[in-house]
Amino acid sequence: MAQIADYLTAVFLVIGGFFGVVGSFGLIKLGDSMSRLHAPTKATTLGVGGVLIASLLHSYAIEGYLSVHELMITLFLFLTAPITALFIAKAHIHRHREDYDLPETGDDTCWAVLEKEEVVAEPLPDSLEDMKPTE
Amino acid sequence: MIETALTFAFGCFGLAMLMNLWKIITAEGVGDRVLALDTMVINSIAILVLMGISEGTEIFFEATMIIAMLGFVSTVAYARFMLRGNIIE
Repeated sequence: MAQIADYLTAVFLVIGGFFGVVGSFGLIKLGDSMSRLHAPTKATTLGVGGVLIASLLHSYAIEGYLSVHELMITLFLFLTAPITALFIAKAHIHRHREDYDLPETGDDTCWAVLEKEEVVAEPLPDSLEDMKPTE
Repeated sequence: MIETALTFAFGCFGLAMLMNLWKIITAEGVGDRVLALDTMVINSIAILVLMGISEGTEIFFEATMIIAMLGFVSTVAYARFMLRGNIIE
């Protein structure tokens, strides 16, 4: 039993390390900015997932206790990686794209990232109204 | 068996961190730099978990959680800064 757990841990460690390298290699190899977003957010998350499964197996089968920290880290990483990717993609659209090379949104609203913000000054409260400088 | 796999995984993630550092240095835009920094944070989480396996202790997990949270918050802050020019509106 311990032998099987040993082999499984080793296999997950190798898988995790391989996908970690694939993610970073894609980051330096792929052509443009939006394809580069794919490699770290998917392959690296898979690599870290492999390492966390290996750690879970190791602590359960060899050290002899079940640890739930790995599950917490896995959950946190799997929740935050897509959010990070979305934010970086939004920043990329904001900085490098114009209205004319984005596809239609399908209804009468425009792309939220490219919406121009209108600054509306709030009216002063009554007590401060007298202190306003007059022209 | 497991020591060999651990050494392999350590080498892989070290190589991955070197590639990220290379990307941070040579990136042509600030978005790529933020992405490389985020990947570096995730790789450092993996290295800390590997150290926890090789030492056989649980003491690295708190550090791992803190690095994961700080990495996420800092990446979101950088992205907000690129998007809006300020972080807290």
